[in-house]
Amino acid sequence: MSVKNTDLEKIKKTSARREAIVKTFTYLLLTVWAVMVLFPFYWMLLTSIKSYGSYNSEWIPKFYATNPTLDNYRSAFTAVPLGKYILNTVVFTLTTTTLMIGVIIFAAFAFSRLQFKGRDLVFTGFLALMMIPNELVIITNFQTITNLGLRNTFTGLILPSVTSVFYIYLLKENFEQIPDSLYMAAKVDGTSDIKYLFKVMLPICRPTIVTIIILKVIECWNSYVWPRLITDDSAYFLVSNGIQEIRENGLGRENIPAMMAAVVVISVPLIVLFLIFRDKIMAGVSRGGTKG
Amino acid sequence: MKKNNLKGWLYLLPALLFLGAFMVYPLIDVLIYSIEEGYNSASQTFFGYGLYNYSYVLHDPYFLQAINNTFILVAITVPISTGFALLISLALNSIQKLKDFFQTVYFLPYVTNTLAVGLVFMILFKKTPYSEGLVNLLISWFGGRSVDFIDGPYWAKMFVLCFYTIWVVLPFKVLILTSALASVNQDYYKVAKLDATPRWRVFTRITLPMISPMIFYLVITGFIGAFKAYSDAVALFGTDLNGAGMNTIVGYVYDMLYGNSGGYPSYASAAALILFAIVLTITCINLMVSHDNVQY
Repeated sequence: MSVKNTDLEKIKKTSARREAIVKTFTYLLLTVWAVMVLFPFYWMLLTSIKSYGSYNSEWIPKFYATNPTLDNYRSAFTAVPLGKYILNTVVFTLTTTTLMIGVIIFAAFAFSRLQFKGRDLVFTGFLALMMIPNELVIITNFQTITNLGLRNTFTGLILPSVTSVFYIYLLKENFEQIPDSLYMAAKVDGTSDIKYLFKVMLPICRPTIVTIIILKVIECWNSYVWPRLITDDSAYFLVSNGIQEIRENGLGRENIPAMMAAVVVISVPLIVLFLIFRDKIMAGVSRGGTKG
Repeated sequence: MKKNNLKGWLYLLPALLFLGAFMVYPLIDVLIYSIEEGYNSASQTFFGYGLYNYSYVLHDPYFLQAINNTFILVAITVPISTGFALLISLALNSIQKLKDFFQTVYFLPYVTNTLAVGLVFMILFKKTPYSEGLVNLLISWFGGRSVDFIDGPYWAKMFVLCFYTIWVVLPFKVLILTSALASVNQDYYKVAKLDATPRWRVFTRITLPMISPMIFYLVITGFIGAFKAYSDAVALFGTDLNGAGMNTIVGYVYDMLYGNSGGYPSYASAAALILFAIVLTITCINLMVSHDNVQY
């Protein structure tokens, strides 16, 4: 009896030890990758508070700053129009998102709630458009906007991105989950369609709309290709183009600390947004994210 | 009923107008552009119709270089990022403490500006007259020889590009796989534990089959995304990608359209359609493979 007991204990012990080893390796792996992810952020913050002189005198880069300074932030805003780039991006993001939300709400409502001839045919067409990559249509859009004389204008920047077939689809699916009986009840009460949409459907579907807004804001803040094609006047640059401009001829190629200050300023808004709306953003991206 | 008809179309009108002008029309137009020979942007005239644009693009060394780069990038980053994301997600799923913290950290690259953070990667890897750069410092600690990863040999540049691409795409994959793993019915694991099934067998016989639809989803979107690589490369090597020898297919399309070598929408269209054909083929192959292997 006693022999058996020690055997069991031995087995328990080895399995506990194995468990501990696996756990250690798991945490090791997770920590290593977390460091890999965080390190670039640490490095940009660190470099942005090193003075120009001390940065360039470090043949071996230091992991700390001896004389931290905020001068780089000042030169990021004065030597290049970083404030203007940010303002442009805010205007672009707000306008595009607002217009798009309006357009997709009406389209999703038509598809989910209204009966009319040709609806299903048009919807099938919409679905087919989801497969078309942006690279294919951007060529003609570039020509169209150029021919309309809309280069270097906000109109030209905004127009092509105010619809999204995917978000219409997402919202329509959500609208359809609202029971028909609610609609019928509203009809009996004499509520108009538009009032029903704004007073009943939108409040119910608020989480989806918030998700779409957040995803669109991230997309707008990071958009690079279209703004690059359509603007060459730095007065209309968005942050992505701004940072590229800063890199190629703004602060002088060697003024890395000031560049990093600009990078920090550009990165902070979205990171703050993310830390506030973490769960919403992660849920939204797993439902409708496309990057990756 | 007639009134409702009108109303339906009215609600759809804004979406239809925008999609018509910026998606449907361009789609037809890109096909036409690609067969108009000798198109001149300034006078908007062309000689005739034919397949010359395709032949020009396919014989352009820059395009061949771009195809080459893109295929290497795809072949390296898609398997590695998917596999590594799976490893990370498995690790994340097996812990309790700090799980939220790690998840938050891992997601950060998704919400950062690719161009901006690419600049940080550039200074980490770059060799300048003033400094070897941080990565080279690490290499020298381990006794290696320093390499300029940004202006140096081809494989070094390709390594940085692949590394940065994986860094950028991982958050999405980890997010999808962690939620897929969390949604596997725990009863299977309990039964496996009763039977004392070895860890590896649990993984290959329960976990992998249960999340295989999500893995294939990630592989398919991963292929599509990697074939369209562009801004990561710009972030690291600047806008003159042809000069750096690191251009991608999408980069070639934009270069043909605009910039120093631009003004050739016909060539750009032909290149974009070739890219579309490649992506479509790969996606079809993926779907066929997944149809045979995925358990739903």
